[in-house]
Amino acid sequence: MVNNILEVKGLKKYFPIYNAGGVKQKGVFVKAIDGIDLSIREGETFGLVGESGSGKSTTAYNIVGMYGVTEGKILFKGEDISIITNSRSLRLKKDIQIVFQDPGTTLNPQRSIRQILRLPLQIHGMLNKQNEEAQIIRLLNTVELSSDFLYKYPTMIGGGERQMVAIARAIATDPSLVVLDEPTSSLDVSIQAKIINMLLKLQKQHNLTYVFITHDLSLVRNFTTRVAIMYLGKIAEIAPTAQFFRVPKHPYTKMLLSSIPVISKMEEELKPKKIKSQGEIPSPVDVPPGCSFNTRCPMAYDKCYKVDPVMKEVEPDHMVRCHLFD
Amino acid sequence: MKDTVVEIRDLYVGFKTFKGYTKVLNGVDLSVNKGERISIVGETGCGKTTTVKAILQILAKQAKIEKGEILFKGKDLLKMTKNEIKPIRETGISMIFQDPVAALNPVFTIGQQLSVVIKYSRLKRTKGEEAQKELAIKALKETSLPDPKRLLNSYPFQLSGGMRQRVCIAMALATPRSLVIADEPTTNLDVTIQDQVLQILKQRVQDKGSSLILITHSLGVARETTDRIYVMYAGNMVEAASTSELFKNQYHPYTKGLISCIPKLSGGGIAEGIPGRIPNYLNPPYGCRYSTRCPKVMERCTKEKPEFKDVGNGHQVACFLY
Repeated sequence: MVNNILEVKGLKKYFPIYNAGGVKQKGVFVKAIDGIDLSIREGETFGLVGESGSGKSTTAYNIVGMYGVTEGKILFKGEDISIITNSRSLRLKKDIQIVFQDPGTTLNPQRSIRQILRLPLQIHGMLNKQNEEAQIIRLLNTVELSSDFLYKYPTMIGGGERQMVAIARAIATDPSLVVLDEPTSSLDVSIQAKIINMLLKLQKQHNLTYVFITHDLSLVRNFTTRVAIMYLGKIAEIAPTAQFFRVPKHPYTKMLLSSIPVISKMEEELKPKKIKSQGEIPSPVDVPPGCSFNTRCPMAYDKCYKVDPVMKEVEPDHMVRCHLFD
Repeated sequence: MKDTVVEIRDLYVGFKTFKGYTKVLNGVDLSVNKGERISIVGETGCGKTTTVKAILQILAKQAKIEKGEILFKGKDLLKMTKNEIKPIRETGISMIFQDPVAALNPVFTIGQQLSVVIKYSRLKRTKGEEAQKELAIKALKETSLPDPKRLLNSYPFQLSGGMRQRVCIAMALATPRSLVIADEPTTNLDVTIQDQVLQILKQRVQDKGSSLILITHSLGVARETTDRIYVMYAGNMVEAASTSELFKNQYHPYTKGLISCIPKLSGGGIAEGIPGRIPNYLNPPYGCRYSTRCPKVMERCTKEKPEFKDVGNGHQVACFLY
């Protein structure tokens, strides 16, 4: 039996809406996450995929505790962590780390790389006072950067190198769970390939579990072990990666897969039959009744406009939330 | 002989910056035939946008065009005065920018902005507000935007990203143009919306018989939208071929590296990536600019610049290996 490192149960996160005067509007919310269940196993790379506005980043921020939850529970190694960072213990903060999308804004431009990497070590009391520099150089070497970078500033180095520094900072405290929030979406493919390979190597070395958030399905195919598709704050489908790409079930998944621009005939054949993508993701303020995908779904029928479907296991380990599989 | 709409010959562009003079474009050659859709593919900072901005003469003040020719229907755009180039921008070439938020004026309605474009096309049937409005509605309808009449009176902030980009496409194609330049039109959009926008762009360009230059960093997008692909690296065209030919055999080591880096839907892991990064334009490497990262570098590569020449099948490469 594989251990679940993280369990998310019925998680909801609503944001209040303020009117122009700064007064909270009653009864109106942005439903960023609307009841999701996830379990992430130790040592796996879990891909969380969705369009912008689907709530994937909010889920990540909830896991690291940047937001308090509205409803539901997050269990980390059996311990309830549905509290915000400020009230979490130092041990928890050390164990769960995050790498953000844009390394240009998450590294302090006024600090040298040495200072940036020293801070997490200092906070968690892991700093070797006699040999501080060697320790930080070793950390830089794990992300394949040389010691020349010690006294550089984030603005002096390229985007790919900045992201490497951000990754080094995340793994400095020897965490067991790392949340990667679109770490390569602002980078070129040649640099993306380098970073993904390095992440895979680090995972083996440090026995890490990744939650990988992205909108790039081809990347998910090559990097993750399991995939969840999110749509409007809910999960549409969860499956092991290989099976997910072989037999996608949910109409939304099929639409996503058939919209990917690919570069070879072989890949073309793997795509499901062309479903013309139509419409756009509705606003999470007024979610349509019934299944939230019914505004764009080519197979929607009357039940979809009335009843919200529930998660069902259609094949071992393959869960779908759609009325077509009732 | 095919009709050439735009031809760029040996274009050199540099920028005066705070740190010194940067040599960005280093002899770019490009030609687009009538009705052809081509794309320029390359990584960030390789000079894709600079190339197309040079065509429209909308480069920043600091830019300096050192030498070269840009022929639009046989006339050199670089030798034209401001007054001569204005009608070409109004009726000949149109451009779709990467960021539709910045491209649309936030204080004017979509209708007002569209009718300006139509008014300046100076077509006979565009005289009078009624005719302009009609054409604007037609243009919006053709890009499958819902409820075009209401849309005319709405402001850009009231629309979603995908709709804004479709308005930009409508604007670019509202009047007949011989060339449309699209600068990464779908980079900010989600895949499903990207799919819709690209389909519309492709369809509309085909209907109007215009030529298209699509700038993108995604080879997948280039493959699905265009007939011919130019691969660009550090201010040079390194390879050009028809889409099917390029994906069958790549000659230049950079193209090979780039294609192997793209994660495939069929799985099979990810290649190692290309070592190093794009050279600094302040002091670019002598000879072939890829020589600092090339796995097959020879002595000759660091001494002279390879010529961009034909190797058969309409395939052009700039590399000493061939």
